[in-house]
Amino acid sequence: MLFDLIPFSLLVTVFTIAVIFVGVLTAVAYLTLLERKVSAWVQDRVGPNRTGFDFGQPWLKFLRGFFGLGQPLADGVKFLLKEDVVPGYVDRVFYYLAPMIAVGTALLALAVVSVGDTPVPPVLQTLSANSSSADSPRRVFPATKSELAAMNSTTNLSDVRAGYAQYNNLSTIKFAIAPNVDIGFLFVFAIGGLAVYGIVLGGWSSNNKYSLLGSLRSSAQVISYEIPMGLSVLGVLVMVGSLNLERVVDWQARHGWLIAYQPLAFVLFLTAIFAECNRLPFDLPECEQELVGGYHTEYSSMKFALFFLGEYTHMITTSFLTAALFMGGWHLPWLNDWLSPSMTGNFDLSYLFALLIKLAVFVAKMFVVIALFMLVRWTILRFKFDQLMALAWKGLMPLGLMSLLGVVISRQFMPPGMGQWGFQCAFGLVSLVIVGVVSLMLPTEAPKTVLSISRGRSHSATSAPELASRAS
Amino acid sequence: MTAIAEKNVTWVKPPRLNLAEQIYLPSVAQGMITTLKHLVKTVTGLNATSTQQYPEQQPVLPPHYRGVHRLNRDEQGRVKCVSCYMCSTACPAHCIDIVAAPSPWPDREKYPETFVIDELRCIYCGMCEQACPVDAIELTTIFSLTGMSREDMMFDKEKLLSVFDQTVKLGTDPVRTRGGRLSVAAEPADAGLTGSSSAQS
Repeated sequence: MLFDLIPFSLLVTVFTIAVIFVGVLTAVAYLTLLERKVSAWVQDRVGPNRTGFDFGQPWLKFLRGFFGLGQPLADGVKFLLKEDVVPGYVDRVFYYLAPMIAVGTALLALAVVSVGDTPVPPVLQTLSANSSSADSPRRVFPATKSELAAMNSTTNLSDVRAGYAQYNNLSTIKFAIAPNVDIGFLFVFAIGGLAVYGIVLGGWSSNNKYSLLGSLRSSAQVISYEIPMGLSVLGVLVMVGSLNLERVVDWQARHGWLIAYQPLAFVLFLTAIFAECNRLPFDLPECEQELVGGYHTEYSSMKFALFFLGEYTHMITTSFLTAALFMGGWHLPWLNDWLSPSMTGNFDLSYLFALLIKLAVFVAKMFVVIALFMLVRWTILRFKFDQLMALAWKGLMPLGLMSLLGVVISRQFMPPGMGQWGFQCAFGLVSLVIVGVVSLMLPTEAPKTVLSISRGRSHSATSAPELASRAS
Repeated sequence: MTAIAEKNVTWVKPPRLNLAEQIYLPSVAQGMITTLKHLVKTVTGLNATSTQQYPEQQPVLPPHYRGVHRLNRDEQGRVKCVSCYMCSTACPAHCIDIVAAPSPWPDREKYPETFVIDELRCIYCGMCEQACPVDAIELTTIFSLTGMSREDMMFDKEKLLSVFDQTVKLGTDPVRTRGGRLSVAAEPADAGLTGSSSAQS
């Protein structure tokens, strides 16, 4: 009954994939340049500024410079033409598989993330008796037999069909490869979690101590940050009532950004995605100072570039996700009415203009998060292995639970709008202080003495004949 | 394995954090402001970077910079070297090769028939310059040295003299010789050391 309603057109999807793929690849290339530039600026340097588009040809000298804008192109050519060294003692299958997993999962996670204003389909429901407010999307599928009977008696299927027919109209531009996936950001987290396999396999199959250490750290990291990340977005789910990213943005356009409601959850989420993207201060799997290159020590040329590509794509995905979940997506406050001309399905200029503005706003918000990534890289020092675990389990997880508790209480007992907003902010602040005080009171581990270590070693090193001679 | 006596060990407790530090966020915000300040200042040009745009913008090097060698000429344009082998003896890299010959000039016994420095082997320590009794060999501020082959980088007497001509003409490396005349080694024995000892420092 419902499957013919699912909007899908192969042509449109392939076109969207092509556009978004090319866009993201270009963005990744130029993010590497931006990364280097920002690093340079923060350290009072100039950064790459010579590689233009002259390709070393004297007659193209006027194309030289351009703030180093040719650098990504040169890097790409270099990666393609460099010798692809495969060390002799690697586990071939996993060695080749790892970069594929890294880049594949990153690109797959991007599929459900919308990059602009994607309209929300009509709600397929009639179980309105169960919903407490008019805003929350209601359940589609009946849970009990009485509900089923009620649904059958009241659903006007032709209305739903009409709504979807309008939604399916191809002139409605959807800025996502797979728009309106109902498991939305859950899908992103699930696939994003798989990206760790790329790192773990790459490090393990390289047959190199440094790589193995990097991938071990990565697997330890993943059990630390995934839970706080899930807890921090549960608050969003409770407020919005849907995992669908378009609905989350739509909710925020009508009620205000969730970063204002749940600043604490935003900070938690930001911390978690820093760990997810292996960015400083949580770049344990690839810290150059300790592990040579970490998990990708043995990778060269295009395989290394694939890891790199996956990492930066992941950054872009999570930044879009942050913008959609907490920063209102394409929404600009006070300009919502102006930016939402009535959607007649026809292609008029004001509609197109509004779409472009919204696209620009969304991408700008994404870049704000990326800029945060890059600034934090030069601000906070790398956490030690145990410090990351302690932060996640003693700090972020209690905070995430408290934040969720605050959201649940406010959702149940507070009036929507200002009441919920004030309660959630106050509760977040209070829980931050509580967790801070409690973690201050936690006992710190006493340092081990030099003596006990040396004794332990000598015991274990003592062989059986020695013990026998000592006893006699 | 020697164990350290317990009474010799002083354990230092790490300082306790206060609440704001334990929460991290204020400290992080503080750090972000510092980072952002540097970023904005560099982008807007308020904070001058010390970067030099190298090929277009040549560095101004101090005169004591140790670059390519040169063989100095005296006032009459003759090579100043007296072939005493002090520099090649002092050289830790053994890169100086001198073949001495009887001097054609009356004021000294020997002069270098050939004088070859292997610039690839040289470590630019400047000990030849210190060892030279007549201030004949000096290191210049020329730092960018290129050649198409190893043979190109063996600088012979003519090449080293031409480095002198070049650097003196450009004025980048003024002659650092103290006296106009040849120094100690060329002095007659009765002139004594008192008059020219200041040249050796």
